[in-house]
Parts: sequence; C-alpha cells; structure tokens
Amino acid sequence: MPRRLAAAAALLLLSGVAASANEFERVRPVTNDATRKECGECHMAFQPGLLPAGSWTRIMDGLDDHFGEKASLPPGPAAEIRAYLTGNAAGRGDPTLLRITEQRWWLREHRFRPEVWLRKDVMSKANCEACHRDAARGLYEDD
Amino acid sequence: MTPHTIRFILPTLAVFAAGAAIAAAPNPARTALLDGYAAQAKAQSPAFAGFSAERGRALYLGPHGGGKPETNACAACHTPDPTAQGRHQRTGRGIEPMAVSANPKRFTDPVEVEKRFDRDCPAVLGRACTAQEKGDFITYLSGQ
Repeated sequence: MPRRLAAAAALLLLSGVAASANEFERVRPVTNDATRKECGECHMAFQPGLLPAGSWTRIMDGLDDHFGEKASLPPGPAAEIRAYLTGNAAGRGDPTLLRITEQRWWLREHRFRPEVWLRKDVMSKANCEACHRDAARGLYEDD
Repeated sequence: MTPHTIRFILPTLAVFAAGAAIAAAPNPARTALLDGYAAQAKAQSPAFAGFSAERGRALYLGPHGGGKPETNACAACHTPDPTAQGRHQRTGRGIEPMAVSANPKRFTDPVEVEKRFDRDCPAVLGRACTAQEKGDFITYLSGQ
C-alpha cells in the first residue's frame, strides 16, 4: 500500500521535526519589573526560562562577582528577582552551568566561526539581540 | 516682518524661555543628594571646601590606574562626551547619557546613584569613591 506507506513516512518525518524543535527558541518574556530594570541595565534581561532554577540560584548567590563584574543589588530587589527567576526557570538544562551560552542546547545552535563574536555590533555572546531581533520578547526562532 | 509673523514668533520665544528656565532649575532630589555628599565630605576631611566641576571632569575622563585596564575611566563606557549614549564595555548594552542636560533623570534617585558608584568605582579606580569624588562627579555632569 504505497499510500499508507507515504502517510507513515510523513508522520515519521513530522515527529522527527517536532522532537528536534528547540523549546528554548520561544520562551515566556520577562514580566517582572525589577528583573527587567536591574538585569537589563547591563545586558538584555534574559528570560527565566533559559536556565534551570539551580543556575539562577547560583547566579543570584554570586552577584558580587558576576562573571568578573560587580553586580550587587540591594536586598529588596535581589530577593524579588531571585524568586521570579527561580519560580519561572526552565525544566531542563544543566544547573551546574551558570552561563546560558554554556548550556548544551545553546552550543548546538551557535556553531559559528569564532570571529562572529568579535564583530563590533555583536561584541559578546550575551548580546542576543544583535542577531535575534525579538530576543527581548523571548523569540529566538529567526535564525 | 508682518504683524502676523510677530504674533507667531513671540509666543514661540516665550515657550522656549520657559523651557530653558525649567531645565536650569536645580532638581530638589539632586540638590539633597549633593548636600548629603557635602556633609559626608566635610566629616571625612575638615579641609573640604565645596565640590568642583573641574575635578569631576578629570575623574570622568581619566585615565586612572588601579582599576581594570579596559575600564580605566568613566569615559571608557560612557564615552568622552557625557551627552552621548554610552555602551557597556563587555556586553555592548547601550547606556543612557550621563549629562543631566541630555538625561534629566540622572542623579535624582539616591539608591540608584549609590548602587552605580558602588559597582563602577572599583572597576575604574580599584577602590570605592570618596564622598568628595561623588559630589565632584555629579557637579560636573549637572553642568553638562
């Protein structure tokens, strides 16, 4: 039955596509004002759904040395941001890694020549918006 | 000049004059912030004799030793022109201008101001800023 075979093949193909679609290409935008303001002062306010709760906890524990920068916050906003990030964190990912850009799914999606990161309009792997125009809204499918 | 033109120009001038007066009026929150730093500066050094925009300018432009080589001046991120938009040295994130004329919200929220000095002075100078340096800095940028 060639017709049935074709249908089965199509189904298989479709399920294959669904399985490889990256759940991190579309995440809920940041809805907390303190997070938007404080995190967004030095880099795009990354969506909580990009890291697991364990990573966010360790990031918030280490703001005095935030990847080499002092990013300490007053206790009030710090507690609010910590609760928001951990409460809306990703269900997946490696909680021992602090950087989004070290997560396995991220590396798989960003296999470029290293000089791309040195471009003046890019500057840093943290600058999602340099390539993903709607990154601040949680949309990363435009690649 | 026709009477019609004059009727148009006079009110326009009046609006501009009012705008300039508002811009020049000191912001009460900023004045209070500077008064606080002046009191601290006096307590830190009895020789303190007021803030200096000139010293603030030197602090802003640098270059300084002691901090990180890539941020050896405020101007490293904020650019030598404080009315211009700055750029975070590592992330490329845009930074609103420091000059009060270009960004009237500057130096009106004491918590915000202290947070930034607390983070940026170690990066630029390798130490905390004194109250006099903070006051000099704000005095310089309030006039820019």
